[in-house]
Amino acid sequence: MELTMLWYLVPSVIMFICGVYGFITRHNLIAILLSLELMLNAADLNFVVFNRFLFPGAMEGMFFTLFSIGIAAAETAIAVAIVVNIYRAIGNTDINEIKKMRF
Amino acid sequence: MEMTLPILILAIPITMFLILGIGGVYMSKKMAGVLGILGMGVTMCIAYYVALTYFFSGDPAFIDAQGLRLQVPVFDWLWLAFTNALQVKLGFLLDPISAMMLIVITTISFMVHLYSWGYMEGEKGFQRFYAFLSLFSFSMLGLVVATNIFQMYIFWELVGVSSYLLIGFYYKLPSAVSASKKAFIVTRFADLGFLIGILILSFYCKTFDFIPITNDPTSVLASTGGATFMGASVLTWALVLIFVGGMGKSAMMPLHIWLPDAMEGPTPVSALIHAATMVVAGVYLVARMFPLYLIEEASLLFVTCVGAITAFYAAVVACCQIDIKRVLAFSTISQIAFMMVALGVARPELHDGFGYMASMFHLFTHAMFKALLFLGAGALIHAVHSNDYTAMGGLRKYMPITHWTFLIGCLAIAGIWPFSGFFSKDEMLAAMFANHWFWGAWMTMVAGLTAFYMFRLYYLIFWWEENPHYKEHKPHDAPWQMSLPLIILAAVSCVAGFIPFGEFVTWNRMPYHIHIELPVAATSLTVAILAIALATVMYRKKNPIPSRLKAAMPGLWQAAHRRFYWDEIYMFITHKIIFNIICKSIAWFDRHVIDATMDGFAKITQKTSFAIRGMQSGSIQTYIVWYFLGAVLLAGITWICIF
Repeated sequence: MELTMLWYLVPSVIMFICGVYGFITRHNLIAILLSLELMLNAADLNFVVFNRFLFPGAMEGMFFTLFSIGIAAAETAIAVAIVVNIYRAIGNTDINEIKKMRF
Repeated sequence: MEMTLPILILAIPITMFLILGIGGVYMSKKMAGVLGILGMGVTMCIAYYVALTYFFSGDPAFIDAQGLRLQVPVFDWLWLAFTNALQVKLGFLLDPISAMMLIVITTISFMVHLYSWGYMEGEKGFQRFYAFLSLFSFSMLGLVVATNIFQMYIFWELVGVSSYLLIGFYYKLPSAVSASKKAFIVTRFADLGFLIGILILSFYCKTFDFIPITNDPTSVLASTGGATFMGASVLTWALVLIFVGGMGKSAMMPLHIWLPDAMEGPTPVSALIHAATMVVAGVYLVARMFPLYLIEEASLLFVTCVGAITAFYAAVVACCQIDIKRVLAFSTISQIAFMMVALGVARPELHDGFGYMASMFHLFTHAMFKALLFLGAGALIHAVHSNDYTAMGGLRKYMPITHWTFLIGCLAIAGIWPFSGFFSKDEMLAAMFANHWFWGAWMTMVAGLTAFYMFRLYYLIFWWEENPHYKEHKPHDAPWQMSLPLIILAAVSCVAGFIPFGEFVTWNRMPYHIHIELPVAATSLTVAILAIALATVMYRKKNPIPSRLKAAMPGLWQAAHRRFYWDEIYMFITHKIIFNIICKSIAWFDRHVIDATMDGFAKITQKTSFAIRGMQSGSIQTYIVWYFLGAVLLAGITWICIF
């Protein structure tokens, strides 16, 4: 059995949909953050796969993924810091408790 | 002559303006005054050298073998090139009238600089005053030496600005502020005509330069191809419109209303700008373009008519003014109108166009004696602290220098032999009689009125009845800085008439030998002496004749005193018609159509946003759902479009 592009893309789509589902349904901020990382990794996977199969001689997709992972790490650090601060302020991390920024 | 000297004539005043304008606040008043006077003195010496070299050196660069004086563009820099043909240059044109004007401007300007040292002593803004005087001198000199009409227009506006700044020198006085605004707006309105005239002329001539335009006027006429507009040729229109600019600057009717109000400025300014130099710019403009005017006699007739009406009107009004500076202002208007008429009646076939020469001659002599009269008026105002002759009277014993110099000025303007005004006025009247007896008779009458109102003024100031206030506050002659210019100008007014002016300045630049026309001279002299005698009878000693006359014709006196209601007419037109009817309807359109459209957009935006603001719920997960649905929708649309 040959490993075609589809074998990589289908898990990536599943990962992405899981991320979206988790992002919409979970109430815990940490869980939302995890879902976010899932979506991001699905996108990274796509970069690598497309680079590998469509442009075998090039390296841009690989490098872009590396950058993306680095940025995701930094972004997670900030997000966790925000979550910690929210916890200090209101005592829990429930997304339904923070709805003050509205019209 | 090399190029540096003429450049210096323009460079020194503008440098002085920059130094005094920027550094003036850091200088003492004395330092600023000395700097200004020195700068102008040096400029005057250079201008004299340049002008006298031009007239007397006999250099073939300036005069050819037949005695024809040449027009010499000493330098001419290309500044703006619109097309290959239409280019604006900045240059220095030396020819008889510009050389003559160099002498007039620098002399009067220097006298006024010196005089102001005494007159403006202790005033706030002394340094600023000198800076503005320098700016004005620069602009006026640039105007007269302009090589092309566009350069002239630039400097024309610059003298307007300096005039505005100096009229509004006492910017805390509401009357001075409104007078300066009035002068600026009225002359700007006239300059609109000037600009349109320039555009028409340059459109047909394909050049701005004076030398090709004035030396070959028939080709200009040919280039218009006989185009006409509303019954007159386009050239006539261009010349009349250019003359409208001159009417504004030279205070011809109906654009004269700014000049009497301009007397709100300091008196030395009135002497320099509003008597001797700037207000004759209109005459200078017509003289500069004279060969063009000559081929369109209709435009010259227009000049003559405007001048003749203005001369008479201003002379009548001057008889009924109380403010001595206003009398002199109206007298200035009348005398400038005299020059206009002399230009208007000049024709080459009449004694080689000597009306032109006479007009320039009168410009020269008038600048000297009118500056003298204004500076004398300044000395009087300095002494009694009032502009009205009612606060004066019997001053001859207290102020002998002012009295004698003022008398010389009055005799000169009245045209009494041997003072300078006699010679120039005689030439002008002879030119008018040569054209048509009507102009001659009319202007002789105006000359008589001139003599009458000047001597009325003279007697009311220096004779009449002594003002009782002198006992508390004894008036005295002005300090030497003020008396010296008076004496110098009086001396010039005594001898200037004997200058053989026709040898230097004529319309075709060939020498013309002046000869006094005895019948004309005798008539004008008789009229002047009769008018003076009448003024003597009426005003020498306090007597009831003037008030009785006034009581006999109250309507006429009141009308003349109120300047025949010109200001009221203007107020009516501007406020009642323009502001109330035209401007208000425009304002209505602006408020109810243009603004309303804009308000409508704002209201629609506001209503929509209020209607949909519920979507901003604050719940991040809702946003994500919307975002996701949107992304899917876009992807779907893209999918459909591709396949």
